[in-house]
Amino acid sequence: MKPFLFGLLVIGLLAWAPLVLNDYGTGLLLGLTGYATLATAWAMFSGPTRYVSLATVAFFGIGAYTVAVLSETLPYPLVLVVAALIGLSVSLVVGLATLRLAGVYFVIFSFGLAELVRQTVTWYEVNVTGTLGRYIFLPLEARHIYWQLLALLVLTLLIGIYMRKSRIWLALVAVGDDEVAARHAGVDVTRTKLALFALSATIITLVGAIQAPRWTYVEPTIVFNPTISFLTLVMALLGGAGKLWGPIVGAIPLFLLFEWLSANFPNHYSIILGGIFILIVFAVPNGILARLETLGQRRKGEAQ
Amino acid sequence: MRTKSFKSGTWIARAMGALGLAATVSAGAFTAVQAQDRTSVRIGYAVSATGPNAGGANMTVTPNYELWVNEVNAKGGLALPDGSRLPIEVTAYDDRSSAEEVVRAVERLATQDKVDLILPPWGTGFNLAVAPLMARHGYPHLAGAAVTDKAPDFVKRWDTSFWFMGGGHDYATALASVLQSAKADGKINNKIAMISVADGFGIDLVKAARPSFEEAGFEIEYDKSFPPGTSDFSTILSEAKASGADTFVAFSYPPHTFALTKQAQVASYNPSVFYLGVGAGFPVYKNISGGQMEGVMSLGGIDPNNAANAEYRQRHEEVLGRAPDYWGSVLIYASLQMLEEAIARVGLDRAAIAKELSTGTFDTVLGETKLEDNQLRNIWWAGQWQDGEFVALSPEDRAGAGTVQLPKPAWQ
Repeated sequence: MKPFLFGLLVIGLLAWAPLVLNDYGTGLLLGLTGYATLATAWAMFSGPTRYVSLATVAFFGIGAYTVAVLSETLPYPLVLVVAALIGLSVSLVVGLATLRLAGVYFVIFSFGLAELVRQTVTWYEVNVTGTLGRYIFLPLEARHIYWQLLALLVLTLLIGIYMRKSRIWLALVAVGDDEVAARHAGVDVTRTKLALFALSATIITLVGAIQAPRWTYVEPTIVFNPTISFLTLVMALLGGAGKLWGPIVGAIPLFLLFEWLSANFPNHYSIILGGIFILIVFAVPNGILARLETLGQRRKGEAQ
Repeated sequence: MRTKSFKSGTWIARAMGALGLAATVSAGAFTAVQAQDRTSVRIGYAVSATGPNAGGANMTVTPNYELWVNEVNAKGGLALPDGSRLPIEVTAYDDRSSAEEVVRAVERLATQDKVDLILPPWGTGFNLAVAPLMARHGYPHLAGAAVTDKAPDFVKRWDTSFWFMGGGHDYATALASVLQSAKADGKINNKIAMISVADGFGIDLVKAARPSFEEAGFEIEYDKSFPPGTSDFSTILSEAKASGADTFVAFSYPPHTFALTKQAQVASYNPSVFYLGVGAGFPVYKNISGGQMEGVMSLGGIDPNNAANAEYRQRHEEVLGRAPDYWGSVLIYASLQMLEEAIARVGLDRAAIAKELSTGTFDTVLGETKLEDNQLRNIWWAGQWQDGEFVALSPEDRAGAGTVQLPKPAWQ
């Protein structure tokens, strides 16, 4: 019961924070929660299966664009539902077609998917509707967006906790370790992967949909910005994609670091960032959490 | 008392208290800073210094901010109504061409750095992204590098926003009217070949151009949109040539503008009217076209006999080591001069500045300048390279407008 109460307390504090913080603080928390959710959702599929996906921004952008298109015709909650459904159906179609690809082929495909979706949206807007930029005038302030993201993050974590207790998790880990062996052990590999991919993609779509009203103006180059895919991936890897809390542990320091760098070293941002990425790959290839665990075990060993 | 009622949760109350205290302390620190005697005017901006938007921002926006701050500080600072002067202190961020980043940078400027004034970012999308924030925090928003037909709506939505670059419709109808007179004079036939980049700018303009051209009695023989990544235009150019149109119009971005120029030279494509989009008014276009820019048309333009503008161009080159472009630069600079004058009249109260910008008349590089419904309408919509200058052609009835020279000389 104790962790449950503690969790409630943390959520309560986080939900209360924007009431005392100024706009900048709220904006910071909003961005942080957005990336924490993206990274957690990304790791939900990519962590256990070890399929590195760069399609994050494809779904993120689909969510944002759905809101841009529908925000004036449908009530807001319904728009979110539609966005989630679109994300789900796209991920099912894409997943069915591509999850048989292995390793580096999947990485390349997922990167291409983001570009494909962006070009399709652009083509449609240019040739059918004849407008490229769309406006979102919803009466949502930063804290409203933040609360929605926080709720989504909590939901994502709950799904993660539940999943880790279920049979599907064993199946996924088996797939990640050795797909052929898992198949022979009777795991329905394709269906398992597909279910997880769709779930993860739907959450990512919702993050995009929830965050979109913050920009007022949406066009494909803004919402399909590939940096989002890369940052999500790096955050999840830093914390450890295999652990439930890993992506969040990675997202918090990295996000704050990016913020600090862009506030204090606006001109050297990219160089410092590149250096940090290299450092992460060399120093903590399996993520901070895994690193801490090995350190802990080593100390135990020395004590004995 | 509180601890009693919260028996099991004492530390929660304490933690909450501590957080509240921290918030109060930091808020207190800021008021203390503000209460001190002012030694400077703090101006902040977030403009793309890296990423896809950096090229445009670094041509039109950032150099003018730097030039203006440099000049104001050389004079001893911004003049205030009481005659004293305060130097400008700049806080500049890079939004890395990301919409989320520009929003957060402006939030940071408004609520963390608490700067006195915020200058806008580059680009239509980014200006719209920050518009609600600027309005909420009461900062006058001088949206310079933003081309939008919806400015009248935005002014209603955010009454402290000001729009300085017009909309796609303005540029398209101006071009149509220049072409219509040329057709009436028998200089060109009634056919147009038109291409546009499949991106915000191109779509806006082509959408406005189609009805304008038809209304002006033209037939659009060739109408094609191309993706922003296009670098090979040889097919497009040969199709445009085959269409028999005397007029070639491209609503393009700088990379396409440059590529189209070079490839038209290679293909010896010599339409009477050769109109290109963004980039044809950049100083570098002289080199790109190999010195053969004569007769090429585009958006913007200047009146070469306007002394104030000529002086501005010279200062820009002296201070920054490069010339400004022939379209947006001077508009951005004029918006800053308006801001400077407004402060000299009403001081640093932001609501008063916004009111003054909206209702006052200013003396800028554009001449006597007054906003109409918070929009600058005193803009040159179309121009043409003539004798090494990019001369404004439209509005044709405005003093200082040149006359279009057709046909464009053939490429050598």
